[in-house]
Amino acid sequence: MNKEKAVVIGAGAVGCAIARELSKYEIDVVVVDKNEDIGGDASKSNSAIIHTGYDAAPGTLESQLVVAANPMYDELVKSLDVPFKRIGAILPAITEEQFKQLPAIKEKAFKNHVYDVEYKTGAELLEMEPNLNPEVKGGLYIPRESIIDPFILVQALAENAADNGATFMLNAKVTDIKTENGRVKSVVTTKGEIEADYVINSAGLYCDEIAEMVGKADYKVVARKGQFYILDKNTSCKVNNIVLPIPTKITKGKLMCPTIHGNMLVGPTAEDQPSKVDKSTSAEGLASVAADVSNLIPNVNLRDTITQYSGLRANRNPEGLNFDMYDDLKGYVNLSGVRSTGLTLSVAMGKYVVQQMMFHGAELTLKENFISKRKGIIKFSEQSREVQDELIKENPLYGNVICRCETITEAEIVDAINRPVGAKSVDAIKRRVRAGMGRCQGGFCGPKVIEILARELGVSTDEINKNNEGSYMVTGTTR
Amino acid sequence: MYNLNCDVAIIGGGPAGLAAAVAAKKQGAEKVLIIERDNALGGILQQCIHPGFGLTRFGEELTGPEYYSRFVEDAIKLGVEYILNSMVLEIDEDKSSVICTNSEYGLTCVKAGSIVLAMGCRERTRANIVIPGTRPAGLYTAGSAQRLINRQNIMVGKKVVILGSGDIGMIMARRMTLEGASVVMVVELMDYLAGLTRNRVQCLDDFGIPLKLSHTITRIMGDTRVTGVYVAPVDENKKPILEKEEFVECDTVLFSVGLIPENEITNKAGIEIDRVTNGPRVNQYMQTSVPSIFACGNVVHVNDLVDNVSTESEEAGKYAALYAMGKLPENNGAADMVTGNNVRYLCPQSIMKADSDEKVSVYFRVLAPEFNVKLIARCGDEIIAQKKELRVNPGEMNHIDIPVSSIKGDKITVEVIKEG
Repeated sequence: MNKEKAVVIGAGAVGCAIARELSKYEIDVVVVDKNEDIGGDASKSNSAIIHTGYDAAPGTLESQLVVAANPMYDELVKSLDVPFKRIGAILPAITEEQFKQLPAIKEKAFKNHVYDVEYKTGAELLEMEPNLNPEVKGGLYIPRESIIDPFILVQALAENAADNGATFMLNAKVTDIKTENGRVKSVVTTKGEIEADYVINSAGLYCDEIAEMVGKADYKVVARKGQFYILDKNTSCKVNNIVLPIPTKITKGKLMCPTIHGNMLVGPTAEDQPSKVDKSTSAEGLASVAADVSNLIPNVNLRDTITQYSGLRANRNPEGLNFDMYDDLKGYVNLSGVRSTGLTLSVAMGKYVVQQMMFHGAELTLKENFISKRKGIIKFSEQSREVQDELIKENPLYGNVICRCETITEAEIVDAINRPVGAKSVDAIKRRVRAGMGRCQGGFCGPKVIEILARELGVSTDEINKNNEGSYMVTGTTR
Repeated sequence: MYNLNCDVAIIGGGPAGLAAAVAAKKQGAEKVLIIERDNALGGILQQCIHPGFGLTRFGEELTGPEYYSRFVEDAIKLGVEYILNSMVLEIDEDKSSVICTNSEYGLTCVKAGSIVLAMGCRERTRANIVIPGTRPAGLYTAGSAQRLINRQNIMVGKKVVILGSGDIGMIMARRMTLEGASVVMVVELMDYLAGLTRNRVQCLDDFGIPLKLSHTITRIMGDTRVTGVYVAPVDENKKPILEKEEFVECDTVLFSVGLIPENEITNKAGIEIDRVTNGPRVNQYMQTSVPSIFACGNVVHVNDLVDNVSTESEEAGKYAALYAMGKLPENNGAADMVTGNNVRYLCPQSIMKADSDEKVSVYFRVLAPEFNVKLIARCGDEIIAQKKELRVNPGEMNHIDIPVSSIKGDKITVEVIKEG
């Protein structure tokens, strides 16, 4: 008997987590995405935080999944070799008004079953975070709020899924979903049609458009833009914790936190917009980040910025994270309203989706030879001198440093290209090994990365894109 | 780990490192070793195929490769050694060993009597100056584009807007035009040119490329490749006047918005940095706050003429050799250089007192352009050096020669005063 086939639409954190979970079972898994790389939309431009769910709306699916997901990371990051740190978050009340809100926030955390939230005095907070606004009246400490490399999380999930037989079809935009007798039949993409017994819509920003194809779009997705600054590792004013503002009704607000690689991240804004592609930053947006964050961290030095970016959250209207399966459309799974907590809850969502599929009658048997571990790209710069020496002797490409700012070697770049679900674009290299992610933003390594990509992929440099089709880096040769 | 020994180790084989190496050798250092990360010596000059180098030093106009080749020839003649494709990771805690990668030898430790930092500088980026908009392909720093075109024979675009009137920007305006691209305009935030006047004449005016002073790019457009930029004039506070914003179509934007000394290794070694130059603080021997470590060229402060770099680097090489041989003049205390009216920074940042009839050339940049000025150096109430200049400009470095024997106090102030 032929194996059943599941097609996952969207290769973001959630899609890749679902694919990885499904790859534990005897079922063919195909992940399709319109982008040239996995994790090319919301999963790449967010605040890179693994939340506890302390501030979720109690009783919702979102609360349930975020709260369940957080403790999973300790084990997951070990198995999949993902940079992750439990640094904790503080929620300082700067004004008396904010101070009065703290009990309600703590109460809400308890309703979400997050019991390890604690009160701290202003003095305690200043000791934990010397750069905090000295006006601080007190606040809350949320110890399990954590930071992660969001790119590597997605890559690790995808690579591990691929190691277990899942296939990734990138640069493939879904144009239609065919159904027959109340069941899904196939997914039509710009790269061909894929037969499917199950179709899982984890298309994030575009999940309404996908749902529309099967007449299940009883909601709309509104893009909510968030603009961020990234500061140099050497910036004069740093923080040790995730420093969160007291939230407003619309957003968690603008925060400052270290990234897993030692930069500082500052942002985001929350701006609803009609476009799902416009990821531009704006002078006003960036100015509002500066103004708000300086209330928390007065000495934040945004002149030390090495980049600014914005990401789009897939906000659902009506609001809320939804999971749907349908009696009149068997085999179809619809996820909607995966927003800023999407990165955190992805791993729980993977499990939830598979469990629900089984509950709805899918007969999935576990594979006997599931590979549970994934080894990441060796980071030359983090090794001891002895190991560095050995690495170069084994593979001379480790002796060739391509990215000066982050000390990334040619061997790492070649590995990023040649491993499962490998990099095919300049940005994909950047997200896998950080070449071009440092203070010179690819000024030095960019030209070399283009050449290495062309060489390893066996194409001309003209065919190398920054990311998606049309983002060509160069225009032929000189005269 | 592979071990090498030398008297003077020089990090960087560009114009600064080469001049330092030659001078160290001439001073009598026995073994001088250049550690270079690229696959050839010459540094950034390898991609500077235009003429204009060496006017001061050699009295003739050379291309970048012609200029550095003269130093490479001298270096090889004198027996300077070098290792290529070797990236320095750090200076060891002993402050006399350099750890670098090398594909052939593996990780390599170079033990040296003294070390010269000559890593040069890097370019400021679009993100450093916070230009809003999208992040499409087609945004290059002028130097990256220059590398692609001149060393890799790869064209970066067809219709170009250049932000910043720095020298590399203007030279790239000409280079792109010669390669068949259309350079729509060069946009400069300030009301004066950032680079050398001769480059404006030879690279912009001669090719009819408009220069828009007191303008900036306010937004970058395009989701995949750049489709254009918005350009607006700025008011007296350098704030864009958005009502006058205009769309300019292009597929490429080059940024020539300043250079920053590349001091990752310097910082890691705990060397004191000047906050204005972003380079290590040095004395007239080009010696940093760590006595065994010297520095020269653009890693110390960004120069506009390579001829200056060579001169300054020869000092570094000479004194690094003397240090390695235990012959550096005795420390009799130092006077700090202090910036006075219309002076942005001074280099060296201090002068060691000595009973010597030598003069120290102190290099500096002014804050604002001015005509008919007097450059004055004072120690206490006494004027110890002065000279007149017809014109000063932040884009062109100035210098004043200070006689070492005249230094009596602990501070020397340099100021630029308008005459008449």
